[in-house]
Amino acid sequence: MSMLTFAGVHAHYGAIHALRGVDIHVEEGEIVTLIGANGAGKSTLMMTLFGQPRASQGSISYQGRDITRMATHDISRQGIALVPEGRRIFPRMTVLENLQMGATFAKPEHFDGDIKRVFELFPVLEARQAQRAGTLSGGEQQMLAIGRALMGRPTLLLLDEPSLGLAPLYIKLIFRTIEALNKEGMTILLVEQNAHHALKVAHRGYVLQHGGIVLTGTGKELLASPEVRAAYLEGGAEISHA
Amino acid sequence: MGLLITQPKGAAQRLKDGVGAALIALVLGVPMLGLATADVGGALAVITRWPLLAGFVGVVFVGRLFFQWLIDIFSLRKKRREQARPAVAKSRPWLTWIGFAALGLAVMLPIAFSGNRYVIDTATTVLIYVMLGWGLNVVVGLAGLLDLGYVAFYAVGAYSYGLLSTHFGWGFWQTLPVAGLLAASFGLLLGWPTLRLRGDYLAIVTLGFGEIIRLILLNWTEFSGGPNGVNSIPRPTFFGLPFKPDSDDGATFASFFHLEYSPDHRVTFLYYLILALALLTNLFVSRLRKLPVGLAWEAVREDELACKAMGINVTNIKLSAFAIGAMLGGFAGVFFAARQGFISPESFVFSESATILAIVVLGGMGSQLGVVIAALLLVVLPELGRDFSEYRMFLFGAAMILIMVWRPGGIIAKREPTLRLGAAA
Ligand SMILES: Nc1ncnc2c1ncn2[C@@H]1O[C@H](COP(=O)(O)OP(=O)(O)OP(=O)(O)O)[C@@H](O)[C@H]1O
Ligand SMILES: [Mg+2]
Repeated sequence: MSMLTFAGVHAHYGAIHALRGVDIHVEEGEIVTLIGANGAGKSTLMMTLFGQPRASQGSISYQGRDITRMATHDISRQGIALVPEGRRIFPRMTVLENLQMGATFAKPEHFDGDIKRVFELFPVLEARQAQRAGTLSGGEQQMLAIGRALMGRPTLLLLDEPSLGLAPLYIKLIFRTIEALNKEGMTILLVEQNAHHALKVAHRGYVLQHGGIVLTGTGKELLASPEVRAAYLEGGAEISHA
Repeated sequence: MGLLITQPKGAAQRLKDGVGAALIALVLGVPMLGLATADVGGALAVITRWPLLAGFVGVVFVGRLFFQWLIDIFSLRKKRREQARPAVAKSRPWLTWIGFAALGLAVMLPIAFSGNRYVIDTATTVLIYVMLGWGLNVVVGLAGLLDLGYVAFYAVGAYSYGLLSTHFGWGFWQTLPVAGLLAASFGLLLGWPTLRLRGDYLAIVTLGFGEIIRLILLNWTEFSGGPNGVNSIPRPTFFGLPFKPDSDDGATFASFFHLEYSPDHRVTFLYYLILALALLTNLFVSRLRKLPVGLAWEAVREDELACKAMGINVTNIKLSAFAIGAMLGGFAGVFFAARQGFISPESFVFSESATILAIVVLGGMGSQLGVVIAALLLVVLPELGRDFSEYRMFLFGAAMILIMVWRPGGIIAKREPTLRLGAAA
């Protein structure tokens, strides 16, 4: 049984049909990467998992439970954390309070250890812990968003473009972190524009186009696929089949 | 604020700290305690009261040392955990000092101005607004829900006491929790339908809610007395001892303590009562702010979706802010009814909501001390302006504009973090 399954999921924003029958599955312990052009529906797919928007058709199940109609906060409490597109940190609260918020539903006894780990990962957050999060630089905010998600000790971590706005050195760090977390047993679903990097760390990947999955395979297969190379690695034409 | 100071202080440092607090108390105390006016042979003369001032400064000094000592004890365990981490933000002990100095002054005020009914009455009014400001602060400042109908909860509290005491003979202390619960339920009543609203839309609905409550009180004559309001509301007693002239039916406050009856007793008692209620409110809210629910209020204000995605039940968090804010408003209402002895819908008009909101905004959203300063300004300025008769409201408005120009974020704009790890260097 898969950890996470989307079965024929459709989603709408009013009249906009953003997901058109998506079928994906994520196995425990995997890193799965989702790539696709701007507006393909990658972020929508992640948010639909949280019921924002709700799937208008199809079903989503997590660890054998149907979560299609579950309240957003209950879905998160199943052990799913999200680093959302656009970071969405709490700007007027301090860095430390942001991290504390992420730990709301983790056991209090883990707090000290977890925050130490986040600070080891991103030392700049430790130096800035009392600063208002909104005054962090863009890259620092991205690190905070990731740190905040980790504070909840998720079993499944969703990352929506974690490398966005980061310097190359930090992009490397993020991908190394993703691999390290995965080795410790965390399952990861990753959306990236940075397809090359993302497919390299991924066990498997999906290509999303116009709200539907058009291609799937292992990370290596996708990296080698001429269609993916043409569309996402060298830039250019869409993949020409349904 | 105990979290601000995590370094154990040496004796010299402690003394310095205590002297600093005492100095501030001295500076503040000279005009307010050291000097007073008195009627000397028909003419007004300035008298000095240095012993009183010295006592006050001494109390602040010793209190500060004691406070320091308490902090050291409580922060010991925390500190050990924190030592590994480098220093972070500066703490702002002067804010704490001002807070304690203000508290000291508030406690001393009826003694300093004993017999001056006008001052104590005005100070009581200030404290009512401070309490209302602290209550509304939960809703507006922390949870970010713009509420223009806050006076409705104040009215619910006031009418609860007014009606329960006149019809059923309930006492002040008996009514207090019931009125708080009732006001909280009205908070939920307002919260439910407005859960999905934000900003301007929420403001309009809450404004309407406040007006509905007032109109019901105005028009449902059999229930609330309509425009005539509720009369002869019993005054609170001092643990069962009424404040009234000696008579044959039982002990009074004056007879029990072998004092000569004076109406000032009740005025002073009411002042200390609202001071205690306001302080409890402050402690309660400061405490909540450091609990997960308080942190969640602020997080919901910042980003609802992000909160939901980390498991926060946004509905419950918002409702709890509405309910707790309303409850505190209800408590203040009970006090108001007990103090006035008479209430009518006229006391609960929209401009009251606006004043309370102005106190919160002017004070700097979320700042407890800012609310005190703003309440003081908003109550005292119009009083001082009485000499200017027609220009009074004009001056008042100009003062408010100047403050907002001078400090756009409110008088105390900086928000205190709820949690710090590193020891302040
Ligand atoms: N809140 C919304 N309301 C209306 N339409 C939306 C909303 N969010 C997304 N859309 C539309 O849904 C489609 C999918 O958007 P989505 O954000 O999922 O794309 P994406 O694959 O994440 O793109 P990007 O790589 O640019 O982040 C787009 O056409 C977008 O315009
Ligand atoms: Mg996106």
